[in-house]
Amino acid sequence: MVERTPFLNFFTHLILFVGFVLCIAPFVVVAVAASHNLRDVNDVPMSLLPGSDFWTNIKTAWTTADLGPKLLNSFIMAAGVAAGKVIISALTAFSIVYFRYPGRTFIFWLIFVTLMLPLEVRIVPTYAVVANVLSPYQTILDITGLSWLIEKVSGVQVSLSLGLLNSYTGLILPLIATATGTFLYRQFFLTVPDELTEAARMDGAGALRFFIDILLPLSRNNMAALGTIMFLWAWNQYLWPLLITTDQSHATAVTELKQLIPNVGGIPEWNIAMAGTLIVMLPPLIVVVLMQRWFVRGLIATEK
Amino acid sequence: MASIAIRGVKKNYAKTQVVHGVDLDFASGEFVVILGPSGCGKSTLLRMIAGLEEISDGTIAIDGMVVNKLEPRERGCAMVFQNYALYPHMSVAQNIGYSLKVSGVPTAERNQRIQAVARTLGLEQLLDRKPMALSGGQRQRVAMGRAMIREPKVFLFDEPLSNLDAKLRVQMRSEIRKLHRRLNATSVFVTHDQVEAMTLADRLVVMNGGRVEQVGTPGEIYTRPASRFVATFVGAPAMNILEGTVELDGLSLLGGSRRLAMARAGLPVGTKVAMGIRPEAVRLVAPGTAGALDATVDLVEELGAGRVIYVDLDGAPFSVMTSEAVHPEPGSTVGLKIFPDDMHFFSSETGTRLDVFKASVPEPAL
Repeated sequence: MVERTPFLNFFTHLILFVGFVLCIAPFVVVAVAASHNLRDVNDVPMSLLPGSDFWTNIKTAWTTADLGPKLLNSFIMAAGVAAGKVIISALTAFSIVYFRYPGRTFIFWLIFVTLMLPLEVRIVPTYAVVANVLSPYQTILDITGLSWLIEKVSGVQVSLSLGLLNSYTGLILPLIATATGTFLYRQFFLTVPDELTEAARMDGAGALRFFIDILLPLSRNNMAALGTIMFLWAWNQYLWPLLITTDQSHATAVTELKQLIPNVGGIPEWNIAMAGTLIVMLPPLIVVVLMQRWFVRGLIATEK
Repeated sequence: MASIAIRGVKKNYAKTQVVHGVDLDFASGEFVVILGPSGCGKSTLLRMIAGLEEISDGTIAIDGMVVNKLEPRERGCAMVFQNYALYPHMSVAQNIGYSLKVSGVPTAERNQRIQAVARTLGLEQLLDRKPMALSGGQRQRVAMGRAMIREPKVFLFDEPLSNLDAKLRVQMRSEIRKLHRRLNATSVFVTHDQVEAMTLADRLVVMNGGRVEQVGTPGEIYTRPASRFVATFVGAPAMNILEGTVELDGLSLLGGSRRLAMARAGLPVGTKVAMGIRPEAVRLVAPGTAGALDATVDLVEELGAGRVIYVDLDGAPFSVMTSEAVHPEPGSTVGLKIFPDDMHFFSSETGTRLDVFKASVPEPAL
């Protein structure tokens, strides 16, 4: 629709501009604060003109919070979660859409229901499981009396234990299961014409062959979109990494930012904290910029 | 090259039955067209041969081997789909060669065979293109190449021409026919387009409501339709049907309002019949001619080579096709001359053909 409405055009641009300023203003404040020295940053009101200590602050933040290894940890975790989510949701959706088996719809709804159970809700049981992955099995053995039986017969006390605290696996694995991704893939797979499936069958391609040769290449855009969203989501995770990494070696950059936040009664080094924040914000920003084209295509369904 | 034997094949979807016991035999190298209106079960039958649909009851055998439980790839069939079903992310060459890739044919041999198929279909220049960058006819050709490269025993076509424009359809039709003559593989072609069916078929299978109505050469189907359905479905414009009763010396039509005198109908007196007459078999004569029916002209459709004249026969629609240079005005009266030899009789109740004893009258040649 092409209309010539100069006033409306101006008005819409005004709204856009106001929205843009509202969104960008906090970041400008962060960037400006990161460039001040200790005295200027604590002025009330803080000067909104950039100071000259930007690089010093960045350097201080980097060394104080030991951001190098932490960024690497964050990256491994976010990439792992994104990749895991993409793979597992593609496989789940493939099974749900392309195979007829009893309870198919039930399983789909079961997955869907987990949308209502985010990690924060089930964090205690999840922690318990990750602390000892085998504890559910131990419980089953105990309740059924099997462990008692085994102890009586062989004299061995059954105590299963496999802890995942302070490991990348523990960081990544509980975050991988995803209803959103499964749903996104399911909707995409449903738009793939049946004839394509049938043509592949006539060509002699089995289920896995079809999945790898036809479905995956076709869902490249969806993969990029889902991967990007999930990378950002995982990068910004706070509660779970905080809980699971009791040891500094596996802490992520986002949780380590708290090292930079001044304690009550300490030196109010907000300039350093802001500089750290800037560093931690950068990688997701780069990912979004790089993936933007694919990302948008993956979320609009009309692309053929 | 393979024969196909279909025995008592039925198909149920949950509670509804869509194919009610079909028995058919296709000879090796034959080009069979299955014709029928949409929803008559023709595509389902084809897909059961292909192995894309399960067979609810009965057996399908290819070359004497029952294939009911075989996967599509094990049946030696190749299929061309209505909307081509090309893999959008693969180039033309990859599309054509995909089945070979799946079955592990070495790259060198694969490329050689792709080249050979592309040459046959005139696709050499397009091998690197994606399906998106092809026209409808080119896509159609790629779909055919994909079927051809496997050198299948049986070709299955599921309305492959219905997405093309009229001119291209005619062109592809003759190409398919030529291709069949060269490859001589058993082909089963499903369509709802009777012109396509008549021009392509060695043998024609007309289906309706999940049952086979008639099997025969296009000529047989046209000249001796086995039922009222076949009579009205095949031929354009459709055959005129007039309800009537057989009398001693003629035919009482339209509840007695019209009479056609005839020496002998060849049917027992008093039989309720549906008399069919093809529009092209009716002769236009001057109104009031003895032995002709007078009717009012409703509409004249100019076809160039001839014209179709729609007339009103006491409220019953009736059409006449003529290539003579007559141009009756709408509203004017014309006489319709119908010869007994051109009449088809069908039972009023069951719709099946009633065979008339015609002494020494040869079938009209096509």
